[in-house]
Amino acid sequence: MNQYQLIKLAKRVGLYALIAVVMVYAIFPFYYAVVTSLKPSSELFRVDFWLSSLDVSNYVQIFTQKSFVRAIFNSIVVSLSVVAIALLLGITASYALGRVRFRGRTTVMLTILGVSMFPQVAVLSGLFEVIRTLNLYNNPGGLILSYTIFTLPFTVWVLTTFMRQLPMELEEAAIMDGATPWITITKVFLPLMWPAMATTGLLAFIAAWNEFLFALTFTLTDDQRTVPVAIALISGGSQHELPWGPIMAASVTVTVPLVILVMIFQKRIVSGLTAGAVKG
Amino acid sequence: MSTPVTEQAPQAARRNPAGYRGTKVRRQRVRAAWTFLAPMLVALALVAGWPLLRTFYLSLTDASLSDTAGAALIGFENYLVYDDGAWYGLLTDPVWWNSVWNTVYFSLVSVSLEVVFGIIVALLLNAEFKGRMLVRAAVLIPWAIPTIVSAKMWAWMLNDQFGIINHILMALGLIDAPLAWTADADLSMWAVIMVDVWKTIPFVALLVLAALQMLPRDCYEAAEVDGIHPVKVFFRVTLPLITPALLVAVIFRLLDALRVFDVIYVLTSNSTSTMTMSIYARQQLVEFQDVGYGSAASTLLFLIIALAVVIYLYLGRRQLGVDQ
Repeated sequence: MNQYQLIKLAKRVGLYALIAVVMVYAIFPFYYAVVTSLKPSSELFRVDFWLSSLDVSNYVQIFTQKSFVRAIFNSIVVSLSVVAIALLLGITASYALGRVRFRGRTTVMLTILGVSMFPQVAVLSGLFEVIRTLNLYNNPGGLILSYTIFTLPFTVWVLTTFMRQLPMELEEAAIMDGATPWITITKVFLPLMWPAMATTGLLAFIAAWNEFLFALTFTLTDDQRTVPVAIALISGGSQHELPWGPIMAASVTVTVPLVILVMIFQKRIVSGLTAGAVKG
Repeated sequence: MSTPVTEQAPQAARRNPAGYRGTKVRRQRVRAAWTFLAPMLVALALVAGWPLLRTFYLSLTDASLSDTAGAALIGFENYLVYDDGAWYGLLTDPVWWNSVWNTVYFSLVSVSLEVVFGIIVALLLNAEFKGRMLVRAAVLIPWAIPTIVSAKMWAWMLNDQFGIINHILMALGLIDAPLAWTADADLSMWAVIMVDVWKTIPFVALLVLAALQMLPRDCYEAAEVDGIHPVKVFFRVTLPLITPALLVAVIFRLLDALRVFDVIYVLTSNSTSTMTMSIYARQQLVEFQDVGYGSAASTLLFLIIALAVVIYLYLGRRQLGVDQ
């Protein structure tokens, strides 16, 4: 083996070592949470890198707790409704912004971009008022409404960039056949937009599933909370007696669906994130 | 945003020699466009426009959480007021200025670290090796984990008595006694930054990776033929070419960092050593029920972020202008 080959080999080894470091860094916290959640409470305070026994008592404990099951249900309802609303309003708006030239389009686009940059706290007091006026305080409806502030601009933005890439001819053919804009959207564009809608829907779902500030502020009772708030508010006797086993079990429970989604739809998520940012 | 207009215009003119503007089809389309936009605009006005205006207004009143409708206008007293020989109000509150400083410090440090590590991870993912897709999916995991959950996971790993990080550091002989990561005022900001960096490297890395994959190969072949050192190639060729994507990643991350709330709320709750503007504003609004004062803090936060955007767009445009 000559020197050139040796250097090449060393570079290869270095590359794989670096990849291993990045992998461990990315995965270890989640892995450690899984390990902790599967320990009996007697072994909790001994640091273990591997799982020595399998104990599901932490999971049994959180799933027999009515409020946690209820929180999962609330999170699913809220996230799915938010996705449905964002896609419905987003697809029609993106048709208007992506396919039709009209005066004021740039203003509308800039407004949407501006809203997506809002700090959530800046609207907190005003939104609190709106939600109370609509009688939606401490109600998943209030969360569904308030989450549109961050899912809708993003959905419209990404769908518009996808909508623009579709060929002109399709629409011209539809117009020649006398199709109204509504028919054009539902019959011509919708079938072509499914991949883009799946991507944005997925990102909106993750954003809604993870949201914390509004969920914390606009709900009051245990049975109306979403999962992130439920986890954040799990408490023990004092600050130093947090029940880490159940907290980790709850954390793993709400994260596993997301990790599976990410693994399956990795390519779509990446294309959605980059379409929202790079092309925007 | 203006490019598609210029792209479509000649096409439309060519295909419709009689003139596109003013035809029945076009009028119908424009009408439909506004009809389609209306529900979205109404929704945004309801959840963003109107609440923002109300926040501005409430910051000029003495509103409390239980009664926002019956609030009386008090002018700028929430911001600054001279009373009995002393100045009061938000602008004289040291806790507020402390939280402003914490937010700026947190944003600058965490975004810088994210950009540096994000580029490194992106370069790594851009290399050819077996199992690249698997590694890419694994790197995405921190991004997908809810912020609350990642904060809790790290809180457990950083636990002063039983945490694995203290355990490892002590086993390696780096520290003699366990560190109180989240309770110690000197360390807690770094704990928060550590968690935020962990969670958001994937986002930066993905944006940079997307830019790296669009780079022309011939530059690199030319550099290789000329025997230029890879580090020099990175700084002279790669970095300038991915700058536009980096600028986008930085503005997204910066805006997120300036409004940071959940990771800090969970890790260190209302401790002043990590209190940010969002934490401060929410504490005033919800816990102290002082909507007027809290709205004033929210308004200032909004203005600071708006200012950051304007400065950034101005600098970014100049930077991009030079590149072109």
